[in-house]
Amino acid sequence: MPRIFAYIVHQAGVADDTATELIAAAKKIDAAASPTAIVTGWGADLDAACATVRASYAEVWKIAHEALAYPNAELIRKALVKVLPPGSMVLVPHEHFGIDLAPGLSIKVNAAFVSDVLAIEGVEGTDLKVVRQEFGGQVSAHVRCDVSSGAVVTLRPGAFQPVQSAAVNGTVVDKSSEVGVLAAGRRYLKTIAAVAGDVDITKHNVLVSIGRGIQEKDNVAIAQELADTLGAAVSCSRPVVDAKWLDSSRQVGSSGKTVRPKVYLACGISGAFQHLAGIKGNPFIVAINKNPKAPIFQVADIGIVDDILEFLPELTLKVREMRSVPVK
Amino acid sequence: MEILVCAKRVPDTSENEIELNSAGNDIQRDDLVYSINESDNYAVEEALQITGKVGGQVTVVTVGGEDDEEILRREMAMGANHGVLISDDAFNGSDGKGIATILKVFVQKGNYDLILTGVQAEDGAAQVGGMLAAMLDYPFASLVNSIEVVDGGKLTISREIEGGDREMNEIDVPCVLSIQTGINEPRYVGMRGIRQVASVPIPTPSASELGIDPATVGRPAAKVKRVDYFVPALGKGAEMLQGSREENIAKLIELVAAKGGLK
Repeated sequence: MPRIFAYIVHQAGVADDTATELIAAAKKIDAAASPTAIVTGWGADLDAACATVRASYAEVWKIAHEALAYPNAELIRKALVKVLPPGSMVLVPHEHFGIDLAPGLSIKVNAAFVSDVLAIEGVEGTDLKVVRQEFGGQVSAHVRCDVSSGAVVTLRPGAFQPVQSAAVNGTVVDKSSEVGVLAAGRRYLKTIAAVAGDVDITKHNVLVSIGRGIQEKDNVAIAQELADTLGAAVSCSRPVVDAKWLDSSRQVGSSGKTVRPKVYLACGISGAFQHLAGIKGNPFIVAINKNPKAPIFQVADIGIVDDILEFLPELTLKVREMRSVPVK
Repeated sequence: MEILVCAKRVPDTSENEIELNSAGNDIQRDDLVYSINESDNYAVEEALQITGKVGGQVTVVTVGGEDDEEILRREMAMGANHGVLISDDAFNGSDGKGIATILKVFVQKGNYDLILTGVQAEDGAAQVGGMLAAMLDYPFASLVNSIEVVDGGKLTISREIEGGDREMNEIDVPCVLSIQTGINEPRYVGMRGIRQVASVPIPTPSASELGIDPATVGRPAAKVKRVDYFVPALGKGAEMLQGSREENIAKLIELVAAKGGLK
Protein backbone atom coordinates (compact mmCIF):
# COMPACT_ATOMS: atom_id res chain seq x y z
CA MET A 1 0.00 0.00 0.00
CA PRO A 2 1.20 3.52 -0.75
CA ARG A 3 1.88 5.80 2.17
CA ILE A 4 -1.19 7.88 3.10
CA PHE A 5 -0.98 11.56 4.02
CA ALA A 6 -3.74 13.77 5.38
CA TYR A 7 -3.70 17.51 4.75
CA ILE A 8 -4.92 19.28 7.88
CA VAL A 9 -7.04 22.41 7.51
CA HIS A 10 -6.75 24.62 10.59
CA GLN A 11 -7.67 28.10 11.69
CA ALA A 12 -6.49 30.17 14.64
CA GLY A 13 -4.54 27.20 16.00
CA VAL A 14 -7.48 24.80 15.93
CA ALA A 15 -7.62 21.82 13.58
CA ASP A 16 -10.78 21.49 11.52
CA ASP A 17 -13.22 18.61 12.24
CA THR A 18 -12.05 17.03 8.99
CA ALA A 19 -8.65 16.29 10.61
CA THR A 20 -10.04 13.19 12.33
CA GLU A 21 -12.44 12.39 9.45
CA LEU A 22 -9.41 11.89 7.19
CA ILE A 23 -8.10 9.18 9.54
CA ALA A 24 -11.42 7.36 9.24
CA ALA A 25 -11.15 7.63 5.44
CA ALA A 26 -7.54 6.33 5.47
CA LYS A 27 -8.70 3.29 7.46
CA LYS A 28 -11.28 2.59 4.74
CA ILE A 29 -8.45 2.49 2.20
CA ASP A 30 -6.25 0.31 4.38
CA ALA A 31 -7.46 -0.88 7.77
CA ALA A 32 -3.85 -0.98 9.00
CA ALA A 33 -3.07 2.53 7.76
CA SER A 34 -1.51 5.05 10.07
CA PRO A 35 -1.75 8.21 8.00
CA THR A 36 0.75 11.02 8.37
CA ALA A 37 -0.71 14.47 8.99
CA ILE A 38 0.72 17.43 7.12
CA VAL A 39 0.21 20.76 8.84
CA THR A 40 1.41 23.96 7.17
CA GLY A 41 1.42 27.49 8.53
CA TRP A 42 3.48 29.87 10.61
CA GLY A 43 4.08 30.88 14.19
CA ALA A 44 2.08 30.11 17.31
CA ASP A 45 -1.06 29.12 15.37
CA LEU A 46 0.87 26.42 13.55
CA ASP A 47 2.39 25.07 16.77
CA ALA A 48 -1.01 25.01 18.45
CA ALA A 49 -2.54 23.19 15.47
CA CYS A 50 0.28 20.61 15.48
CA ALA A 51 -0.24 20.07 19.21
CA THR A 52 -3.91 19.20 18.68
CA VAL A 53 -3.27 17.08 15.59
CA ARG A 54 -0.65 14.89 17.29
CA ALA A 55 -3.34 13.72 19.69
CA SER A 56 -4.82 11.66 16.85
CA TYR A 57 -1.94 11.16 14.38
CA ALA A 58 1.16 9.04 15.09
CA GLU A 59 3.25 11.27 12.85
CA VAL A 60 2.77 14.94 12.05
CA TRP A 61 4.80 16.71 9.37
CA LYS A 62 5.05 20.38 10.22
CA ILE A 63 5.88 22.87 7.48
CA ALA A 64 6.55 26.32 8.92
CA HIS A 65 7.04 29.19 6.51
CA GLU A 66 6.20 32.86 6.92
CA ALA A 67 4.54 32.90 3.48
CA LEU A 68 2.13 30.20 4.69
CA ALA A 69 0.68 32.28 7.55
CA TYR A 70 -2.43 32.43 5.37
CA PRO A 71 -3.15 29.19 3.47
CA ASN A 72 -2.30 30.05 -0.14
CA ALA A 73 -2.99 26.92 -2.19
CA GLU A 74 -0.32 27.62 -4.81
CA LEU A 75 2.42 28.04 -2.19
CA ILE A 76 1.25 25.01 -0.24
CA ARG A 77 1.19 22.95 -3.42
CA LYS A 78 4.81 23.90 -4.09
CA ALA A 79 5.76 22.95 -0.52
CA LEU A 80 3.96 19.59 -0.75
CA VAL A 81 5.61 18.73 -4.06
CA LYS A 82 8.98 19.11 -2.29
CA VAL A 83 8.18 16.84 0.67
CA LEU A 84 5.81 14.14 -0.63
CA PRO A 85 7.44 10.79 -1.49
CA PRO A 86 6.59 9.54 -5.02
CA GLY A 87 3.45 7.42 -5.22
CA SER A 88 1.87 8.85 -2.08
CA MET A 89 -1.84 8.99 -1.48
CA VAL A 90 -2.91 12.42 -0.23
CA LEU A 91 -6.28 13.03 1.44
CA VAL A 92 -7.64 16.58 1.45
CA PRO A 93 -11.00 17.92 2.69
CA HIS A 94 -13.30 18.94 -0.17
CA GLU A 95 -13.94 22.54 0.89
CA HIS A 96 -12.85 25.88 -0.52
CA PHE A 97 -9.19 25.33 0.25
CA GLY A 98 -9.13 21.72 -0.98
CA ILE A 99 -10.85 22.74 -4.21
CA ASP A 100 -8.09 25.32 -4.70
CA LEU A 101 -5.22 22.96 -3.89
CA ALA A 102 -6.00 19.40 -4.87
CA PRO A 103 -6.50 19.29 -8.69
CA GLY A 104 -3.24 21.14 -9.38
CA LEU A 105 -1.37 19.08 -6.77
CA SER A 106 -2.41 15.87 -8.55
CA ILE A 107 -0.87 17.17 -11.78
CA LYS A 108 2.39 18.22 -10.13
CA VAL A 109 2.90 14.87 -8.37
CA ASN A 110 1.61 12.95 -11.42
CA ALA A 111 -1.05 11.19 -9.38
CA ALA A 112 -4.64 10.24 -10.09
CA PHE A 113 -7.30 12.65 -8.84
CA VAL A 114 -10.75 11.93 -7.54
CA SER A 115 -12.80 14.55 -5.73
CA ASP A 116 -15.69 14.97 -3.31
CA VAL A 117 -15.65 11.34 -2.25
CA LEU A 118 -18.50 10.26 0.05
CA ALA A 119 -17.51 6.67 0.72
CA ILE A 120 -14.54 4.40 0.16
CA GLU A 121 -15.24 0.76 -0.64
CA GLY A 122 -11.63 -0.41 -0.54
CA VAL A 123 -8.82 -1.27 -2.92
CA GLU A 124 -8.89 -3.93 -5.63
CA GLY A 125 -5.61 -4.46 -7.45
CA THR A 126 -4.35 -0.95 -8.16
CA ASP A 127 -7.85 0.55 -8.11
CA LEU A 128 -9.29 2.56 -5.26
CA LYS A 129 -13.07 2.08 -5.27
CA VAL A 130 -15.08 5.10 -4.16
CA VAL A 131 -18.59 6.52 -4.20
CA ARG A 132 -19.33 10.03 -5.46
CA GLN A 133 -22.49 11.94 -6.23
CA GLU A 134 -23.44 13.62 -9.50
CA PHE A 135 -26.26 15.89 -10.63
CA GLY A 136 -26.50 17.68 -7.31
CA GLY A 137 -26.92 14.43 -5.39
CA GLN A 138 -29.78 13.08 -7.53
CA VAL A 139 -27.68 10.01 -8.37
CA SER A 140 -24.55 8.38 -6.97
CA ALA A 141 -21.75 6.74 -8.92
CA HIS A 142 -19.25 3.98 -8.23
CA VAL A 143 -15.87 5.23 -9.42
CA ARG A 144 -12.57 3.38 -9.77
CA CYS A 145 -9.34 5.28 -9.57
CA ASP A 146 -5.97 3.76 -10.53
CA VAL A 147 -3.69 4.70 -7.64
CA SER A 148 -0.57 2.84 -8.87
CA SER A 149 1.31 6.14 -9.24
CA GLY A 150 -0.31 7.73 -6.19
CA ALA A 151 -3.51 9.70 -5.78
CA VAL A 152 -4.91 12.95 -4.51
CA VAL A 153 -8.37 12.36 -3.06
CA THR A 154 -10.70 15.04 -1.72
CA LEU A 155 -13.28 13.91 0.82
CA ARG A 156 -16.62 15.47 1.57
CA PRO A 157 -16.61 17.04 5.04
CA GLY A 158 -18.92 15.14 7.38
CA ALA A 159 -19.06 12.01 5.20
CA PHE A 160 -16.58 9.98 7.27
CA GLN A 161 -17.30 9.37 10.95
CA PRO A 162 -14.19 9.92 13.07
CA VAL A 163 -13.09 6.86 15.03
CA GLN A 164 -12.82 7.56 18.73
CA SER A 165 -9.51 6.41 20.15
CA ALA A 166 -7.12 7.21 22.95
CA ALA A 167 -4.65 10.06 22.40
CA VAL A 168 -1.65 8.77 20.47
CA ASN A 169 0.74 11.62 21.28
CA GLY A 170 2.35 11.42 17.87
CA THR A 171 5.73 12.74 16.85
CA VAL A 172 6.02 16.13 15.16
CA VAL A 173 8.62 16.07 12.36
CA ASP A 174 9.74 19.50 11.15
CA LYS A 175 9.99 19.39 7.34
CA SER A 176 10.30 23.17 6.91
CA SER A 177 13.91 23.10 5.71
CA GLU A 178 12.99 20.94 2.72
CA VAL A 179 10.59 23.50 1.30
CA GLY A 180 12.97 26.24 0.13
CA VAL A 181 11.86 29.55 -1.34
CA LEU A 182 8.12 29.94 -1.94
CA ALA A 183 6.61 32.42 -4.38
CA ALA A 184 3.23 32.52 -6.07
CA GLY A 185 1.39 34.40 -8.79
CA ARG A 186 -1.51 34.88 -6.39
CA ARG A 187 -1.31 36.87 -3.17
CA TYR A 188 -3.84 36.97 -0.34
CA LEU A 189 -5.00 40.49 0.49
CA LYS A 190 -7.77 40.26 3.11
CA THR A 191 -11.02 38.58 4.06
CA ILE A 192 -14.26 40.53 3.79
CA ALA A 193 -16.92 39.32 6.22
CA ALA A 194 -20.38 38.59 4.84
CA VAL A 195 -22.72 41.56 5.09
CA ALA A 196 -25.45 41.30 7.69
CA GLY A 197 -28.87 41.41 6.11
CA ASP A 198 -32.15 42.96 7.26
CA VAL A 199 -33.21 39.65 8.84
CA ASP A 200 -30.97 37.33 10.85
CA ILE A 201 -32.14 33.87 9.80
CA THR A 202 -29.95 32.24 12.44
CA LYS A 203 -32.16 33.74 15.17
CA HIS A 204 -35.45 32.21 14.03
CA ASN A 205 -37.11 29.02 15.30
CA VAL A 206 -39.14 28.56 12.15
CA LEU A 207 -37.79 29.06 8.64
CA VAL A 208 -39.79 29.07 5.43
CA SER A 209 -36.95 28.23 3.06
CA ILE A 210 -37.32 28.51 -0.69
CA GLY A 211 -35.34 27.09 -3.60
CA ARG A 212 -35.40 27.12 -7.37
CA GLY A 213 -39.02 25.92 -7.24
CA ILE A 214 -40.15 29.45 -6.39
CA GLN A 215 -39.46 30.14 -10.09
CA GLU A 216 -39.44 33.92 -10.11
CA LYS A 217 -38.79 36.91 -7.93
CA ASP A 218 -42.43 37.96 -7.64
CA ASN A 219 -43.27 34.60 -6.09
CA VAL A 220 -41.01 35.24 -3.09
CA ALA A 221 -43.99 37.15 -1.65
CA ILE A 222 -45.86 33.84 -1.38
CA ALA A 223 -43.22 32.53 1.02
CA GLN A 224 -43.05 35.85 2.86
CA GLU A 225 -46.80 35.81 3.51
CA LEU A 226 -46.57 32.32 4.98
CA ALA A 227 -43.57 33.35 7.09
CA ASP A 228 -45.40 36.46 8.35
CA THR A 229 -48.39 34.32 9.28
CA LEU A 230 -46.21 31.81 11.13
CA GLY A 231 -43.98 34.42 12.77
CA ALA A 232 -41.13 32.88 10.79
CA ALA A 233 -38.39 34.19 8.51
CA VAL A 234 -37.79 33.45 4.84
CA SER A 235 -34.49 31.76 4.02
CA CYS A 236 -33.36 30.13 0.79
CA SER A 237 -30.95 27.91 -1.09
CA ARG A 238 -28.23 29.04 -3.44
CA PRO A 239 -30.13 29.37 -6.76
CA VAL A 240 -32.42 32.00 -5.21
CA VAL A 241 -29.43 34.15 -4.27
CA ASP A 242 -27.68 33.54 -7.61
CA ALA A 243 -30.81 34.81 -9.34
CA LYS A 244 -30.81 37.87 -7.03
CA TRP A 245 -34.32 37.12 -5.77
CA LEU A 246 -33.12 37.31 -2.16
CA ASP A 247 -30.07 38.80 -0.47
CA SER A 248 -27.14 36.45 0.26
CA SER A 249 -27.73 36.94 4.01
CA ARG A 250 -30.81 34.69 3.57
CA GLN A 251 -28.85 31.75 2.14
CA VAL A 252 -28.62 28.53 4.16
CA GLY A 253 -25.68 26.27 3.34
CA SER A 254 -21.94 25.79 3.36
CA SER A 255 -21.41 29.04 1.48
CA GLY A 256 -24.18 30.78 3.40
CA LYS A 257 -25.46 30.67 6.97
CA THR A 258 -25.66 27.75 9.37
CA VAL A 259 -29.09 27.68 11.00
CA ARG A 260 -30.52 25.77 13.97
CA PRO A 261 -34.28 26.25 13.78
CA LYS A 262 -36.91 24.02 15.40
CA VAL A 263 -38.91 23.73 12.19
CA TYR A 264 -37.54 24.00 8.66
CA LEU A 265 -40.00 24.18 5.76
CA ALA A 266 -38.00 23.33 2.63
CA CYS A 267 -40.13 24.62 -0.23
CA GLY A 268 -39.04 23.81 -3.78
CA ILE A 269 -35.55 22.96 -2.54
CA SER A 270 -33.90 19.92 -4.14
CA GLY A 271 -31.58 19.29 -1.18
CA ALA A 272 -28.02 19.51 -2.50
CA PHE A 273 -25.48 18.64 0.21
CA GLN A 274 -24.09 22.17 0.25
CA HIS A 275 -27.52 23.35 1.34
CA LEU A 276 -28.08 20.57 3.89
CA ALA A 277 -24.66 21.32 5.41
CA GLY A 278 -26.13 24.58 6.71
CA ILE A 279 -29.02 22.96 8.61
CA LYS A 280 -27.93 21.91 12.10
CA GLY A 281 -29.52 21.02 15.41
CA ASN A 282 -31.78 18.30 13.97
CA PRO A 283 -34.85 20.43 13.22
CA PHE A 284 -38.20 19.03 12.13
CA ILE A 285 -37.85 19.23 8.34
CA VAL A 286 -40.87 19.45 6.07
CA ALA A 287 -40.11 19.11 2.36
CA ILE A 288 -42.55 20.28 -0.29
CA ASN A 289 -41.38 19.61 -3.83
CA LYS A 290 -42.92 18.77 -7.20
CA ASN A 291 -40.21 16.20 -7.88
CA PRO A 292 -40.86 13.03 -5.85
CA LYS A 293 -37.20 12.01 -6.42
CA ALA A 294 -35.73 15.20 -4.93
CA PRO A 295 -32.91 14.30 -2.50
CA ILE A 296 -34.51 16.54 0.15
CA PHE A 297 -37.08 13.78 0.78
CA GLN A 298 -34.27 11.53 2.03
CA VAL A 299 -33.51 13.84 4.93
CA ALA A 300 -36.90 15.39 5.64
CA ASP A 301 -39.23 14.17 8.39
CA ILE A 302 -42.35 14.91 6.40
CA GLY A 303 -42.62 15.03 2.63
CA ILE A 304 -45.34 16.41 0.38
CA VAL A 305 -45.21 16.15 -3.41
CA ASP A 306 -46.90 19.31 -4.59
CA ASP A 307 -46.38 22.59 -6.40
CA ILE A 308 -45.31 25.15 -3.78
CA LEU A 309 -46.81 28.00 -5.81
CA GLU A 310 -50.25 26.52 -5.17
CA PHE A 311 -49.59 24.76 -1.86
CA LEU A 312 -48.06 27.64 0.09
CA PRO A 313 -50.87 30.19 -0.45
CA GLU A 314 -53.45 27.59 0.61
CA LEU A 315 -51.39 26.74 3.68
CA THR A 316 -51.17 30.44 4.56
CA LEU A 317 -54.94 30.83 4.23
CA LYS A 318 -55.59 27.78 6.38
CA VAL A 319 -53.30 28.95 9.17
CA ARG A 320 -54.93 32.41 9.13
CA GLU A 321 -58.39 30.88 9.20
CA MET A 322 -57.43 28.70 12.11
CA ARG A 323 -56.30 31.68 14.09
CA SER A 324 -59.10 33.90 12.80
CA VAL A 325 -56.55 36.38 11.62
CA PRO A 326 -58.32 38.59 9.13
CA VAL A 327 -57.00 38.06 5.62
CA LYS A 328 -55.19 41.16 4.41
CA MET B 1 -7.74 41.30 -22.75
CA GLU B 2 -8.00 37.99 -24.63
CA ILE B 3 -10.23 35.62 -22.67
CA LEU B 4 -10.87 31.93 -23.17
CA VAL B 5 -13.87 30.32 -21.48
CA CYS B 6 -13.94 26.52 -21.22
CA ALA B 7 -17.53 25.30 -21.27
CA LYS B 8 -19.45 22.04 -21.20
CA ARG B 9 -22.89 20.94 -22.36
CA VAL B 10 -24.68 19.04 -19.60
CA PRO B 11 -28.15 17.73 -18.78
CA ASP B 12 -30.01 20.65 -17.24
CA THR B 13 -30.93 19.57 -13.72
CA SER B 14 -33.39 22.44 -13.32
CA GLU B 15 -35.33 21.02 -16.30
CA ASN B 16 -34.85 17.28 -15.74
CA GLU B 17 -35.34 14.71 -13.05
CA ILE B 18 -32.26 12.53 -13.31
CA GLU B 19 -33.21 8.87 -13.10
CA LEU B 20 -31.52 5.54 -13.67
CA ASN B 21 -32.07 3.62 -16.89
CA SER B 22 -33.79 0.23 -16.80
CA ALA B 23 -30.45 -1.62 -16.74
CA GLY B 24 -29.51 0.46 -13.70
CA ASN B 25 -25.99 1.19 -14.97
CA ASP B 26 -26.46 4.67 -16.41
CA ILE B 27 -28.82 7.59 -16.14
CA GLN B 28 -31.86 7.65 -18.41
CA ARG B 29 -30.53 9.80 -21.26
CA ASP B 30 -33.55 9.83 -23.58
CA ASP B 31 -35.53 13.06 -23.54
CA LEU B 32 -33.02 14.92 -21.36
CA VAL B 33 -32.89 18.65 -21.90
CA TYR B 34 -29.29 19.81 -22.28
CA SER B 35 -27.88 23.26 -21.78
CA ILE B 36 -24.58 24.93 -21.03
CA ASN B 37 -23.31 24.10 -17.54
CA GLU B 38 -24.69 26.84 -15.29
CA SER B 39 -21.42 28.17 -13.87
CA ASP B 40 -19.84 28.13 -17.37
CA ASN B 41 -22.58 30.50 -18.50
CA TYR B 42 -21.72 32.87 -15.63
CA ALA B 43 -18.07 32.61 -16.76
CA VAL B 44 -18.98 33.70 -20.30
CA GLU B 45 -21.01 36.64 -18.95
CA GLU B 46 -18.08 37.66 -16.76
CA ALA B 47 -15.72 37.47 -19.74
CA LEU B 48 -18.07 39.67 -21.78
CA GLN B 49 -18.30 42.22 -18.96
CA ILE B 50 -14.50 42.36 -18.68
CA THR B 51 -13.91 42.80 -22.42
CA GLY B 52 -16.75 45.34 -22.44
CA LYS B 53 -14.72 47.44 -19.99
CA VAL B 54 -11.13 46.90 -21.10
CA GLY B 55 -11.51 45.62 -24.67
CA GLY B 56 -10.44 42.33 -26.16
CA GLN B 57 -12.16 39.21 -27.37
CA VAL B 58 -13.92 36.24 -25.84
CA THR B 59 -13.50 32.70 -27.19
CA VAL B 60 -15.63 29.85 -25.88
CA VAL B 61 -14.20 26.34 -26.27
CA THR B 62 -15.65 22.94 -25.55
CA VAL B 63 -14.46 19.37 -26.00
CA GLY B 64 -17.13 17.12 -27.44
CA GLY B 65 -19.15 16.14 -30.48
CA GLU B 66 -21.48 17.85 -32.92
CA ASP B 67 -24.33 18.00 -30.38
CA ASP B 68 -22.17 20.27 -28.26
CA GLU B 69 -22.05 22.97 -30.93
CA GLU B 70 -25.39 24.35 -29.70
CA ILE B 71 -23.91 25.73 -26.49
CA LEU B 72 -21.17 27.49 -28.46
CA ARG B 73 -23.79 29.15 -30.67
CA ARG B 74 -25.77 30.14 -27.60
CA GLU B 75 -22.74 31.79 -25.99
CA MET B 76 -21.85 33.48 -29.29
CA ALA B 77 -25.38 34.86 -29.37
CA MET B 78 -24.63 36.27 -25.89
CA GLY B 79 -21.69 38.09 -27.42
CA ALA B 80 -18.71 35.72 -27.45
CA ASN B 81 -16.56 36.47 -30.50
CA HIS B 82 -15.51 32.91 -31.30
CA GLY B 83 -16.57 29.34 -30.60
CA VAL B 84 -14.30 26.32 -30.95
CA LEU B 85 -15.37 22.69 -30.78
CA ILE B 86 -12.39 20.41 -30.11
CA SER B 87 -13.59 17.08 -31.36
CA ASP B 88 -12.03 13.67 -31.93
CA ASP B 89 -13.07 10.09 -31.20
CA ALA B 90 -9.74 9.74 -29.42
CA PHE B 91 -11.08 12.02 -26.66
CA ASN B 92 -13.94 9.68 -25.71
CA GLY B 93 -13.71 8.45 -22.14
CA SER B 94 -11.30 11.17 -21.04
CA ASP B 95 -11.15 11.79 -17.31
CA GLY B 96 -10.61 15.28 -15.88
CA LYS B 97 -6.88 15.11 -16.53
CA GLY B 98 -7.54 14.07 -20.14
CA ILE B 99 -9.79 17.10 -20.71
CA ALA B 100 -7.26 19.40 -19.06
CA THR B 101 -4.51 17.92 -21.30
CA ILE B 102 -6.55 18.69 -24.44
CA LEU B 103 -7.31 22.23 -23.26
CA LYS B 104 -3.67 22.84 -22.33
CA VAL B 105 -2.55 22.14 -25.90
CA PHE B 106 -5.29 24.41 -27.24
CA VAL B 107 -4.36 27.24 -24.84
CA GLN B 108 -0.70 27.02 -25.85
CA LYS B 109 -1.64 27.59 -29.48
CA GLY B 110 -3.38 30.85 -28.60
CA ASN B 111 -2.48 33.97 -26.69
CA TYR B 112 -4.93 34.25 -23.80
CA ASP B 113 -4.52 36.57 -20.84
CA LEU B 114 -7.29 34.98 -18.84
CA ILE B 115 -8.86 31.53 -18.86
CA LEU B 116 -12.18 30.98 -17.15
CA THR B 117 -14.05 27.79 -16.33
CA GLY B 118 -17.20 27.19 -14.33
CA VAL B 119 -16.54 26.09 -10.76
CA GLN B 120 -17.88 22.61 -11.44
CA ALA B 121 -20.07 20.71 -13.89
CA GLU B 122 -22.76 18.07 -13.42
CA ASP B 123 -20.24 15.58 -12.05
CA GLY B 124 -19.34 17.98 -9.23
CA ALA B 125 -15.64 17.24 -9.65
CA ALA B 126 -14.38 20.87 -9.75
CA GLN B 127 -11.13 19.68 -11.30
CA VAL B 128 -10.36 20.83 -14.85
CA GLY B 129 -9.51 24.48 -14.11
CA GLY B 130 -7.02 23.68 -11.35
CA MET B 131 -5.42 20.93 -13.42
CA LEU B 132 -5.14 23.15 -16.50
CA ALA B 133 -3.50 25.93 -14.46
CA ALA B 134 -0.95 23.50 -13.00
CA MET B 135 -0.14 22.09 -16.46
CA LEU B 136 0.42 25.63 -17.78
CA ASP B 137 2.17 26.84 -14.60
CA TYR B 138 -0.37 29.67 -14.42
CA PRO B 139 -1.73 30.95 -11.10
CA PHE B 140 -5.20 29.61 -10.24
CA ALA B 141 -8.12 30.55 -8.04
CA SER B 142 -11.33 28.61 -7.53
CA LEU B 143 -14.81 29.74 -6.45
CA VAL B 144 -14.24 33.24 -7.82
CA ASN B 145 -17.15 35.60 -7.22
CA SER B 146 -15.73 38.93 -8.38
CA ILE B 147 -13.02 40.05 -10.81
CA GLU B 148 -11.58 43.51 -11.21
CA VAL B 149 -8.87 44.33 -13.74
CA VAL B 150 -6.27 46.41 -11.92
CA ASP B 151 -3.90 46.94 -14.82
CA GLY B 152 -2.69 44.86 -17.75
CA GLY B 153 -0.75 42.46 -15.57
CA LYS B 154 -2.94 41.94 -12.50
CA LEU B 155 -6.46 41.24 -11.33
CA THR B 156 -8.10 41.66 -7.95
CA ILE B 157 -10.44 38.76 -7.34
CA SER B 158 -12.57 37.50 -4.50
CA ARG B 159 -13.24 33.85 -3.67
CA GLU B 160 -16.30 32.51 -1.91
CA ILE B 161 -15.21 30.93 1.37
CA GLU B 162 -17.28 29.73 4.32
CA GLY B 163 -20.32 31.55 5.64
CA GLY B 164 -20.52 33.98 2.73
CA ASP B 165 -17.15 35.55 3.57
CA ARG B 166 -14.99 36.65 0.66
CA GLU B 167 -11.26 36.07 0.36
CA MET B 168 -9.62 38.89 -1.61
CA ASN B 169 -6.55 38.08 -3.68
CA GLU B 170 -4.32 39.75 -6.20
CA ILE B 171 -3.43 37.44 -9.09
CA ASP B 172 -1.04 37.82 -12.03
CA VAL B 173 -2.15 37.21 -15.60
CA PRO B 174 -2.18 34.96 -17.46
CA CYS B 175 -4.13 32.92 -14.95
CA VAL B 176 -6.98 30.42 -14.69
CA LEU B 177 -10.07 31.22 -12.60
CA SER B 178 -13.02 28.95 -11.84
CA ILE B 179 -16.19 31.02 -11.65
CA GLN B 180 -18.88 30.56 -9.02
CA THR B 181 -22.56 30.99 -9.90
CA GLY B 182 -24.08 34.30 -8.85
CA ILE B 183 -21.00 36.38 -9.81
CA ASN B 184 -23.16 38.37 -12.25
CA GLU B 185 -26.53 38.26 -13.99
CA PRO B 186 -26.07 36.45 -17.29
CA ARG B 187 -27.82 38.25 -20.12
CA TYR B 188 -30.83 36.74 -21.80
CA VAL B 189 -30.40 35.01 -25.13
CA GLY B 190 -33.37 34.99 -27.48
CA MET B 191 -34.01 32.82 -30.51
CA ARG B 192 -33.29 35.81 -32.70
CA GLY B 193 -29.78 36.13 -31.31
CA ILE B 194 -29.10 32.45 -31.90
CA ARG B 195 -30.37 32.72 -35.49
CA GLN B 196 -27.97 35.59 -36.10
CA VAL B 197 -24.94 33.41 -35.34
CA ALA B 198 -26.35 30.25 -36.94
CA SER B 199 -24.06 30.42 -39.95
CA VAL B 200 -20.89 31.65 -38.26
CA PRO B 201 -18.27 28.93 -38.85
CA ILE B 202 -17.09 27.03 -35.78
CA PRO B 203 -13.66 25.41 -36.12
CA THR B 204 -13.50 21.76 -35.00
CA PRO B 205 -9.82 20.92 -34.50
CA SER B 206 -8.96 17.23 -34.05
CA ALA B 207 -6.26 15.53 -31.99
CA SER B 208 -3.83 15.40 -34.92
CA GLU B 209 -4.52 19.00 -35.95
CA LEU B 210 -3.71 20.14 -32.42
CA GLY B 211 -0.78 17.74 -32.14
CA ILE B 212 -2.24 15.82 -29.19
CA ASP B 213 -0.82 12.34 -28.59
CA PRO B 214 -3.92 10.10 -28.40
CA ALA B 215 -2.19 8.00 -25.73
CA THR B 216 -2.34 10.96 -23.31
CA VAL B 217 -6.11 11.41 -23.54
CA GLY B 218 -9.32 9.41 -23.82
CA ARG B 219 -10.06 6.06 -22.27
CA PRO B 220 -6.51 4.61 -22.50
CA ALA B 221 -5.06 7.44 -20.39
CA ALA B 222 -7.93 7.75 -17.93
CA LYS B 223 -7.01 6.73 -14.41
CA VAL B 224 -10.46 7.57 -13.15
CA LYS B 225 -13.43 5.62 -14.49
CA ARG B 226 -17.07 5.70 -13.52
CA VAL B 227 -18.28 2.11 -13.21
CA ASP B 228 -22.01 2.79 -12.91
CA TYR B 229 -24.65 5.06 -11.48
CA PHE B 230 -26.95 4.04 -8.67
CA VAL B 231 -29.48 5.50 -6.29
CA PRO B 232 -28.47 4.69 -2.73
CA ALA B 233 -30.98 2.94 -0.54
CA LEU B 234 -32.80 5.62 1.40
CA GLY B 235 -32.11 6.04 5.04
CA LYS B 236 -35.23 6.57 7.06
CA GLY B 237 -36.57 8.97 4.46
CA ALA B 238 -39.47 11.33 4.91
CA GLU B 239 -42.94 10.19 5.90
CA MET B 240 -44.81 11.12 2.73
CA LEU B 241 -48.21 12.70 3.16
CA GLN B 242 -50.38 11.07 0.50
CA GLY B 243 -53.73 12.78 1.03
CA SER B 244 -55.46 15.52 -0.94
CA ARG B 245 -53.89 18.95 -0.73
CA GLU B 246 -56.44 19.99 1.86
CA GLU B 247 -55.76 16.90 3.98
CA ASN B 248 -52.01 17.37 3.67
CA ILE B 249 -52.29 20.98 4.80
CA ALA B 250 -54.38 20.02 7.83
CA LYS B 251 -51.95 17.28 8.79
CA LEU B 252 -48.96 19.55 8.24
CA ILE B 253 -50.40 22.28 10.47
CA GLU B 254 -51.03 19.70 13.19
CA LEU B 255 -47.46 18.36 12.97
CA VAL B 256 -45.80 21.77 12.82
CA ALA B 257 -47.87 22.98 15.75
CA ALA B 258 -46.77 19.94 17.76
CA LYS B 259 -43.13 20.86 17.05
CA GLY B 260 -43.64 24.41 18.28
CA GLY B 261 -43.77 25.97 14.84
CA LEU B 262 -47.07 27.76 15.46
CA LYS B 263 -47.20 30.28 18.20
